[in-house]
Amino acid sequence: MHPFEGKAKANSAGSSLPYGAGRTTVQAVTSESQAVRRLLIGIMLIFIVLMLILPLAAVFSQALKKGAEVAALAWTDPDAWAAIRLTLATALVVVPLNAIFGLSAAWCITKFSFRGKGLLSSLIDIPFSVSPVIAGFIFILLFGAHGWFGPLLDAHGWQIIFSWPGIILGTLFVTFPFVARELIPLMQAQGIQEEEAAITLGATGWKLFTRITLPNIKWGLLYGLVICNARAMGEFGAVSVVSGHIRGVTNTMPLHIEILYHEYQFSAAFAVASLLVLLACLTLVLQYWLDRKRQVH
Amino acid sequence: MLTNIAETKAKPSRKAHRVLPGFRLTLGFTLVYLSLIVLIPLSTIVLQSFQMSGSDFLALITDKRIISAFKISLLTSLSAALFNVALGVLTAWVLVRYSFPGKTFINGLIDLPFALPTAVAGISLTAIYSQNGWIGQIFYAVGIPSAYSAVGITIALVFIGLPFIVRTVQPVLEEWDTETEEAAAILGAYRLRTFVFIILPQLIPAILTGFTLAFARGIGEYGSVIFISGNMPFKTEIAPLLMMTKLEQFDYPGATAIALMMLLISFLLLFIMNLIQWRYARRWGS
Repeated sequence: MHPFEGKAKANSAGSSLPYGAGRTTVQAVTSESQAVRRLLIGIMLIFIVLMLILPLAAVFSQALKKGAEVAALAWTDPDAWAAIRLTLATALVVVPLNAIFGLSAAWCITKFSFRGKGLLSSLIDIPFSVSPVIAGFIFILLFGAHGWFGPLLDAHGWQIIFSWPGIILGTLFVTFPFVARELIPLMQAQGIQEEEAAITLGATGWKLFTRITLPNIKWGLLYGLVICNARAMGEFGAVSVVSGHIRGVTNTMPLHIEILYHEYQFSAAFAVASLLVLLACLTLVLQYWLDRKRQVH
Repeated sequence: MLTNIAETKAKPSRKAHRVLPGFRLTLGFTLVYLSLIVLIPLSTIVLQSFQMSGSDFLALITDKRIISAFKISLLTSLSAALFNVALGVLTAWVLVRYSFPGKTFINGLIDLPFALPTAVAGISLTAIYSQNGWIGQIFYAVGIPSAYSAVGITIALVFIGLPFIVRTVQPVLEEWDTETEEAAAILGAYRLRTFVFIILPQLIPAILTGFTLAFARGIGEYGSVIFISGNMPFKTEIAPLLMMTKLEQFDYPGATAIALMMLLISFLLLFIMNLIQWRYARRWGS
């Protein structure tokens, strides 16, 4: 999904008129009457305002409903800080791991031909079609107290479920395909000629990767990292299953929001949520910027 | 056909193709990581359900509460996906064909449901569409309970599924050549007729992809739904939530049965979509 692809062509209704027909004076045969255009734009705007803009506005409005002091208290609460730290730490582990995987998968899928390539490519997409709660459940089946490795973990005093390793595993699963999905089409389109030339000229594998491949894919890679990070920090279902909701210990930011909400501390819940809204907005801005960078190259 | 054969013959053999380094390393790492994070964990559901006898499994999934949860999940996801097809195609059309102030902003905002954490979306939509909310007031005034009801679940799923249709239809419209439209107009077709008979058929594969992705995502969606749904058994309890409830009661067989059903439904959906896509491409493809 590349949001701004073909931006240059976006105004095609006006610019592709035959015989230089004016935009306003003559209605093109491939456009609608002004009334219809306005009606359609209006319907779309109502839809976007109701579904996308109001939810954003509501978060800030609800957060400040009881005054800025309540919101500030929610931000400085030690449990909130613990949740923010856990969320950041999780993303810090998950995003690099999935990035290394994405690079590795994209390299072998796009630079070589081998049997089962199509199958491998579709296996990578599996987490997209698995419910987040299932993503949490499978790790409980493996590592939970009654799970397959439960007794073994227990004997060594290790804990995965209801602890941070479980949160990391669930998040790894849910955000698994994001970097690979960005890189595979990009590297497919770029082909292997440049790399082959470098090898012929005597470049080593590492030099080849850092000097040729990485500069070619950097914007696409960053785009994948940004989406992967947004999903890692915001994951709720999978983490909710494995975390055990221990305050100040295994609560990520989305889980902290849920607990506050269920305790009827709505303003506090929305105050913490507003931080995640800012993260989402930052993500969208970065996506927009990276996409423009990517098109220039 | 002939060109295909020529191409395969011209291709160098598999071995000779591997001029670049790192094939074994990257393939090995990819397979190990894929197995550890996705394949082995996911196989537990299948293996776990083999531990049940067929009749036990059947008894579990024909449980009234499970059936009603799946009914609610499927119906709300389907209505949300259909609603998104209509409004999503309209949105993609407006974004590609018309120019208006704020277009870049709205185009960027379409990805919000991908970027916004689902729990945040859930509590925010609940605040807007509940009885005292900004929009909820209007809905409740005309007798539609827009929160803690199937309508509420559908609203959350419309939010979640919105980008899927827009982002699959948009690129097709952008690459669309207006020549056939001009021809249709010259031959005397009205604008609406041109849209329905000339443009829409070309959009169908993209719409189908977006619809299936949104539908499948809706069935598994948890975070944005549980706040607005009210979670009443037999009324507004969705399948993922019932799975969660079973887990909390340590009813692992029940949770496994629901998980397996959900996996089967989403893989079946994707399979059917690919099948239709493939047949459509064979019939209409170049």
